Amino acid sequence: MTMAAIHIEVPRDVPAGPASDPGETKVAVRNLDFYYGENRALKAVNLPLYAQKVTAIIGPSGCGKSTLLRVLNRIYDLYPNQRAAGEVLLDGNNILLPSQDLNLLRARVGMVFQKPTPFPMSIYENIAFGVRLYERLGRSDLDARVEQALRRAALWDEVKDKLAANGLSLSGGQQQRLCIARTVAVRPEVILLDEPCSALDPIATAKIEELIDELKDDYTIAIVTHNMQQAARCSDYTAFMYLGELAEFDTTSKMFTTPSDRRTQDYITGRFG
Amino acid sequence: MIDLYARRRLRNRIVLGLSFAATGLGLGWLVLILGALIVKGASGLSLQVFTEMTPPPGADGGLLNPIIGSLIMTGLAVAFGTPVGILAGTYMAEYGRYTRLTYVVRFINDILLSAPSIVIGLFIYEIMVAPMGHFSGLAGAVALAVLVVPVVVRTTEDMLLLVPRELREAASAMGMPRAYVIGKVSYRAARAGIVTGILLAIARISGETAPLLFTALNNQFFSANLNAPMASLPAVIFQFALSPYEDWQKLAWTGALIITLAVLALSIIARALTASRRTA
Repeated sequence: MTMAAIHIEVPRDVPAGPASDPGETKVAVRNLDFYYGENRALKAVNLPLYAQKVTAIIGPSGCGKSTLLRVLNRIYDLYPNQRAAGEVLLDGNNILLPSQDLNLLRARVGMVFQKPTPFPMSIYENIAFGVRLYERLGRSDLDARVEQALRRAALWDEVKDKLAANGLSLSGGQQQRLCIARTVAVRPEVILLDEPCSALDPIATAKIEELIDELKDDYTIAIVTHNMQQAARCSDYTAFMYLGELAEFDTTSKMFTTPSDRRTQDYITGRFG
Repeated sequence: MIDLYARRRLRNRIVLGLSFAATGLGLGWLVLILGALIVKGASGLSLQVFTEMTPPPGADGGLLNPIIGSLIMTGLAVAFGTPVGILAGTYMAEYGRYTRLTYVVRFINDILLSAPSIVIGLFIYEIMVAPMGHFSGLAGAVALAVLVVPVVVRTTEDMLLLVPRELREAASAMGMPRAYVIGKVSYRAARAGIVTGILLAIARISGETAPLLFTALNNQFFSANLNAPMASLPAVIFQFALSPYEDWQKLAWTGALIITLAVLALSIIARALTASRRTA
């Protein structure tokens, strides 16, 4: 708790970011267009997500941040009239091809949503359920996996005595951490976070930011956020989107100190609309 | 200014008064009906009612055969109608949400929902009773099942549509196949509502008389044979209430009270389930 409080009062300095060596590219978005019916929401977007790095996607409401994220695990596919054109390469394979198995893709690319969405089942089941989908584990292994996931999401101490309680009985911040634990438990390769803190108070937000920082050792993370400080605090790279286009992409430190695009500068300094 | 406000207040009082009057009128009849039922039916309630067969006029007897008949036919109707209703509702809310077929089915279902039950009875008479050459409990159960289906379709679809989009997305985002999303997440989230729909369907059919008169008819004796005419509470009430015999009329009142109490109990259970869903 105190750690968290300190975290809020004294935001960590903008990480320097290894500008020279971004490392391996986990996901490459190439020339991506996206349509809601006739409405073109993304225009020729090109963006890399580097392995084991956090990439923040910022921009004003309606600029296509969430839309971009929803392409990366093809969750938009649930709805008719939504379609993407272009390429999204995950480890070099285009996931937009019709032959892509969506369930396997989503097992590799996890997503946490803006609103906490615990499933209507126990805390334990919320996590075990996803694991059982793709792995056959014995009871004790499964228990261990659930505990590990809850520990990673900094939720274990709060729920260890009530694992059988309904996931919906938790507070908003706890529910969101449960959703993160659930996503982490299936061991995806990429984690997409769609404004994961927008419904949370500052303490819960700080906990989740700490968590993101820890998770990036193992995962490739993309986070959509409206909160400039959050983007600055927890990302290595930042993409600024504007009106469906990718306006600028660079290391977070460069984006927040010397952006090259005028629009980025205006947005970051709050001089926008 | 003041005048405007005073007029608004006056209008409010008038509408409030009318609302109270309308509520009183509606509830008044209900209280009268329930009161009459209890006064005339409760005196006939005894163990005998549940243990003896319907008597000939002037003899002692109970309502065992119609009670059993009603339970059998209602149970079968629910067993036939509920799976069809739930599966159809699931298709409409989950798989075919945006398809033309769903619009067509929903429209037809709404017609079926408000179709007079006597029409259903005649329909089953035509397709089952006439070809088989005799009335039967099975035909009665099928007629009731046809009444169950639209209620269950409607509530299942409505309740599944209430499941937040985000929950379905979150489940899909875990890599859950569609069938799992529906079975493990959507159904769980909508369970109380769907069960309520089934209970409401039972409540609706347990008082139906018209469709049974054309299908199961009635039976003076105990029979669990689905291939033969079968007694039911509504049909016995209908027959006994119209008879000139006082003891039959009394049994009719008792039967009506039993149905009413059973439906009341179901409604209370349905309410409790819905309430527990809200607090969960």
